[in-house]
Amino acid sequence: MSAHTPKALYRDEGIVLRTQKLGEADRIITVLTRRTGKVRAVAKGVRRTKSKFGARLEPFTHVDLQLYTGRNLDIVSQAESIRAYGQEVVADYPAYTAGTAVLETADRLTAEEKEPSLRMFLLVVGALRALGEKSHPAPLVLDAFLLRAMSVAGWEPALAECARCGEAGPHRHFSVPAGGTVCPACRPTGSAMPSPVTIELLDSLLTGDWARAEASQGINRREGSGLVAAMLQWHLERGLRSLPLVDRSESAPRREASLLSEA
Amino acid sequence: MYEGAVQDLIDELGRLPGVGPKSAQRIAFHLLSAESADVTRLVAALTRVQESVRFCVTCYNVAEAEQCRICRDPRRVDDVLCVVEEPKDVVAIERTREFRGRYHVLGGAISPIDGVGPDDLRVKELMTRLMNGAVTELIIATDPNLEGEATAAYLARLVGPMGLAVSRLASGLPVGGDLEYADEVTLGRAFEGRRRIDA
Repeated sequence: MSAHTPKALYRDEGIVLRTQKLGEADRIITVLTRRTGKVRAVAKGVRRTKSKFGARLEPFTHVDLQLYTGRNLDIVSQAESIRAYGQEVVADYPAYTAGTAVLETADRLTAEEKEPSLRMFLLVVGALRALGEKSHPAPLVLDAFLLRAMSVAGWEPALAECARCGEAGPHRHFSVPAGGTVCPACRPTGSAMPSPVTIELLDSLLTGDWARAEASQGINRREGSGLVAAMLQWHLERGLRSLPLVDRSESAPRREASLLSEA
Repeated sequence: MYEGAVQDLIDELGRLPGVGPKSAQRIAFHLLSAESADVTRLVAALTRVQESVRFCVTCYNVAEAEQCRICRDPRRVDDVLCVVEEPKDVVAIERTREFRGRYHVLGGAISPIDGVGPDDLRVKELMTRLMNGAVTELIIATDPNLEGEATAAYLARLVGPMGLAVSRLASGLPVGGDLEYADEVTLGRAFEGRRRIDA
C-alpha cells in the first residue's frame, strides 16, 4: 500500500491507460489521475452487456471516478465520463496506433503508483485531444508527446547545446546514450549525424512551435521519429510494444498496395 | 499438500482459466469419487479435442475436418462474409439464426499495447478470400470495444478500394433493458443508429 493516509472512499478524474481482463467479467483498469497519480483498480462486472460503466472505462476515456481503497487494488464504485476520446481516435487508424503509444508511454514513465504526476496527466490529455480533433498530424503529435513526456520524467534531450559539457550549439553530432546533441570534443564513438533540419524539428516539437513542425518534410519527420524512439527505448528498460506498430502513413496503410497487386 | 497423483491433478486443474486452488481441489475430489465410466468419457473427450480439432482452412473457425461445418454447408450464401474475432463469436452469431452467409475468423483484434498488429491476425487471408470477387458484402462483427472498433476501422480502410458493401454491426440498447440505466456512449450510438418505423 502507499504511504498516503488510508482513505476509504475517494474521488478523482483520470485517463484510462489500459485494461486487463480479470476473472469472468471483471477488469483491472490502469488510470492516470489528476491528483492521485497512477491508480490500478478493479472494475467489477464491466464485461457484461448489462454493465453500466463498461463503455466508460475503455482506454482513451477521460472519466470522473469514485474509488474505494481495497486491500491490494482499489475498486471502482462509480464512473462518469468527462470526455471519451476513444470514438474519435479509433475511427482513424494512424491516430489510434499513435494514441496507444501515448498511453503505453504514460503508463511506463509513471513507475510508481499513487504518486501524483499532474504534468504527465495534462500531457496525456493534451495529446489525446490533439489526436481526437486532428489538429496536427498524428505522428507529429506522438513525437511531441514522447519528447515532452521524457522531459517530464527528467530525460529532456539536449538539442541546442552539448549534452555533456553544455557548450552552446548547434552541434552536428547526436548521441542517444549521451542524451542529445554533442560537441566535437565530447562526441562518443558511434554518434549519429542527423540532418540539422531534423534537430530543428525535434526542438519545435518539444517547445510547441507547430507552424515550424508542420512545415517539415517527410524525410526529417522519419529521422526525427527514429531518434525519439531510440532515446525512449534507451531510457526504458523494456521496449514499448506499441511503438513498432505505429502507422505513420497519412492516408491508406502501406500494405494495401502490395496486397491488391498480388491478385 | 496431497500425495503425488492427487496433487498433480489439482495443479493441472488449477491452471485452467477461472479455476482457483479451492475449485481445483473440489473438482479433483469430485473426479475421485465419480463413476469410472464418467471419468473415461472425460478423458476420451479431452484426447479427441487434442487429436481431431484444428482450424478450418477457409475461415479459421475450429473444425474437425479440413473445412468447418459452415464452410461445407452448400445452403449458405457465398456473397455475404461476416468477420469475427474468435470462434466463439461464430457460435454467438449462429444462435441468432439471422445470418445465412459465411464467416472469417481473425483470431483476435488489433491491440498495439499487447503487441498485436494487423500482421498477427488473419487479415492477409481475408484479403485473399475477397480477391476472387464472390463476396459482395462484408459485415464486420468485431467486439464493440476499443480494439474491435480499431480493427473495424482498419479493415474498412483496407477493403474500401475493392468496392464492396462494408457494414459494421449496430450497437445500442440491450433488449429488455431500461433506457435510464444506459451509459452515454451506448445511448449516443443508439441515437446515431436509430431507424425509421414504417407505419
